[in-house]
Amino acid sequence: MAMWLFLGSECLLFGGLISTYMLYRGRITQGPRPSQIFDIPFTSVSSFVLLMSSLTMVLAVTSTQRRDYERSKLWLTVTALLGATFVGGQVYEFTAFYNEGLGFTTNLFSSSFYTLTGFHGVHVTVGVIMLMALRGIISKNRDTGDRAEVVELIGLYWHFVDIVWIIIFTLVYLIPA
Amino acid sequence: MAIIERPTPTAAITLRAPVTPAQSMGIVRRPVTSTGWKSWVFTVDHKKIGIMYGVFAMFFFIVGGVEALLIRLQLATPDGKVLSADLYNQMFTMHATTMIFLFAMPMAAAFANYFLPLQLGARDVAFPRLNALGLWLLVAGGLILNASWFLGGAADGGWFMYSPNSGPVFSPSNGVDFWTLGVQIAGFGSLIGSINLIVTILNMRAPGMTLMKMPVFCWMILVVQFLLVFSLPVITVALVLLTFQRSFGATFFDVAQGADPLLWQHLFWIFGHPEVYVLILPAFGIITEVLPTFSRKPLFGYPFVVFSGASIGLVGFGVWSHHMFATGLGPISVAAFSIATMAIAIPTGVKIFNWTLTMWGGKIWYSTAMKFSIGLIVLFTIGGLSGVTHAVAPSDTQQTDTYYIVAHFHYVLFGGMVFGLFSGFYYWWPKVFGKMLNEKLGGWNFWLMVIGMNMTFGPMHILGLQGQPRRMYVWTEARAGEGLFNFGFWNKIASLGSLILTIGILFFLINIVYTARKGKIAPLDPWDARTLEWITTSPPKEHNFDRIPVVHHLDDFFHRKYQEDATTGELVQIATGEQLVRAEEANADAHIHLPSPSYWPIAIAVGVGTLGFGVVYGVPIMIVGVLMILGSSFGFVLEPSVAQDIDYDPPASGGQDTKELAPLG
Repeated sequence: MAMWLFLGSECLLFGGLISTYMLYRGRITQGPRPSQIFDIPFTSVSSFVLLMSSLTMVLAVTSTQRRDYERSKLWLTVTALLGATFVGGQVYEFTAFYNEGLGFTTNLFSSSFYTLTGFHGVHVTVGVIMLMALRGIISKNRDTGDRAEVVELIGLYWHFVDIVWIIIFTLVYLIPA
Repeated sequence: MAIIERPTPTAAITLRAPVTPAQSMGIVRRPVTSTGWKSWVFTVDHKKIGIMYGVFAMFFFIVGGVEALLIRLQLATPDGKVLSADLYNQMFTMHATTMIFLFAMPMAAAFANYFLPLQLGARDVAFPRLNALGLWLLVAGGLILNASWFLGGAADGGWFMYSPNSGPVFSPSNGVDFWTLGVQIAGFGSLIGSINLIVTILNMRAPGMTLMKMPVFCWMILVVQFLLVFSLPVITVALVLLTFQRSFGATFFDVAQGADPLLWQHLFWIFGHPEVYVLILPAFGIITEVLPTFSRKPLFGYPFVVFSGASIGLVGFGVWSHHMFATGLGPISVAAFSIATMAIAIPTGVKIFNWTLTMWGGKIWYSTAMKFSIGLIVLFTIGGLSGVTHAVAPSDTQQTDTYYIVAHFHYVLFGGMVFGLFSGFYYWWPKVFGKMLNEKLGGWNFWLMVIGMNMTFGPMHILGLQGQPRRMYVWTEARAGEGLFNFGFWNKIASLGSLILTIGILFFLINIVYTARKGKIAPLDPWDARTLEWITTSPPKEHNFDRIPVVHHLDDFFHRKYQEDATTGELVQIATGEQLVRAEEANADAHIHLPSPSYWPIAIAVGVGTLGFGVVYGVPIMIVGVLMILGSSFGFVLEPSVAQDIDYDPPASGGQDTKELAPLG
């Protein structure tokens, strides 16, 4: 319930960021254009990694519901690793863009691009931290209420972050400015 | 705290008295005391948190009031010399910011925190530790906001902080940085608080209390929390953009790069207009409790009041651009927003009619609480009417940025919201502190505030229509006008009024001190009230209710006291409030489990505050802040909701470890 409300609130957060990006995407006075620097195959692969992590998250939820905690620990770890891979890919991508001359302060496009994707990256990172904490809870055998419910809640958050990425990927990378 | 065990129903409540708290988490000891300062700082009890919200808000009410007095002193005479232009800008910015973010919202949160669980018949909110986190984030935000006074000057861009005017070029001091971070952090606190309260209302009502049997105050709080949940993220985006612009050199509001100066205005007002209803609806909720009680009649048209409140909330999201009529939006947008704005007057009008008809034919008891409620109806209506004149776009173009606007929003916010909150103080003071506020001092308090408020803000209508602009630090004799419409005369009246207003509020503070020393002990049901918070002792016990009440009616407490006589059809008293409370005590539940206090909420808030300072003063402090947040978040998550038996010394003897009050924390 609280998680649903929080995600509702997050929708507006990303709504605001995406609107800002859409407003500013074409306003480039200096620096490289997005079509010159985007590496679509690379980002597609990292997007695929993130989407696969949704699948492993589902597996984690179902195995927790079956009370198969060893399995759920495994799937949570895999999900966290996939998420971390995605964030790593993003860091690599940012570095590459920066070397090609697109700094955070270069133009309106770059500021809003880095802010939007960076915010998403931070959300994934927070998600990874939550997954690790969740793994900690399960392995420490701490009694914090209904475990399946907790895993499901974190799962909700994780799927939300994935869905947002689908939107961002489409709007930012695939639709040409 | 934590586990309250009663071997027999008649025995006094025994708290497990902890002597030495034992190790928890292997790192720190878990707090389990229930007395002393630690019991406040680490508490998760919604009542203590509510009181702390109230104290915090009252402090900043005084700070904001002093800022307002300085403004009025500066404007009392032509070419005032009290404040410099720069200081004046800081003063009105911080006056508005303080009053909105550090007084009005926290005070509403104080009432919501304290009375929501009591009115719902619950023992605490849904997420007690998140509740504490919300409070401490607000405190961190408030401190950061006001730290700027001592660290090179406060923010000076107005509470709306229009960009690019608030960019580094036009506002070089650190004030705006502190402002964005302070508001951001306080906003994050209220987001957490609002999610918590929504879940509380929807999931934790007493058995039998359907949504349509819920007190109107709870309904209004519910609407407000939804407004907050969906408007705060938008201001978060705006603030993030501005922080990045100022601290990390982003270009969002750099017009030379082709940025759109309206972006900030849209983002701000998508938040800013719902915020207006966030401020007023809790006050509406309070007086909707007060009016029926002191008219000794049920509320007229309960469903209408509820649904008009909800529709105010809904339409409130579709009117933000009426703050921007003067920016040249184009005729279609202006017309649409103009119509939406006029439409919002309808549900508001419905409420005013309902309140009036509640009083109609009632046996009205003019207590101070009732006087403030009636004051709200009258003064808010005046402010509402001038509000409709801004909805008409051509007329608004004339009024924009004049004192007419200042007059309007002070009538709705001061005459509306502040009067509602004061009504709540007088109504619920006996509940919270067990003593009656003095009614005689209350009378002085009320009448001086009414006179002062009308003298201060009434003349501003005239000043505004005569063309005195807002936010100008001086006005000159040469352009003051003549006769009845002379600026000098009305400005003097306004400044004099603000002094009277101050004296009125001083009477309230005197009243608090007087009551604390010599106040009468409050009876259990001093007002012959109608809702569930009165079915327990005053002040309420730590666990609120000895027995969770089962609800059969709207205004259930009233229906337990009075019943309709079958033959005559008249109401007959069948029990007094006192008897009901004693009956509850006699049948108390044997096992009551409450969540235990926790260090982590305040620890996280300290981390967030450090992170905030880091944004201004450099990356190393940021890293420290992030590490603090991460560490304490892990502590927060891994901590069980109730202190374990080993946290007590001697170890508690067990008891069922239920999680009914803090399922996920």
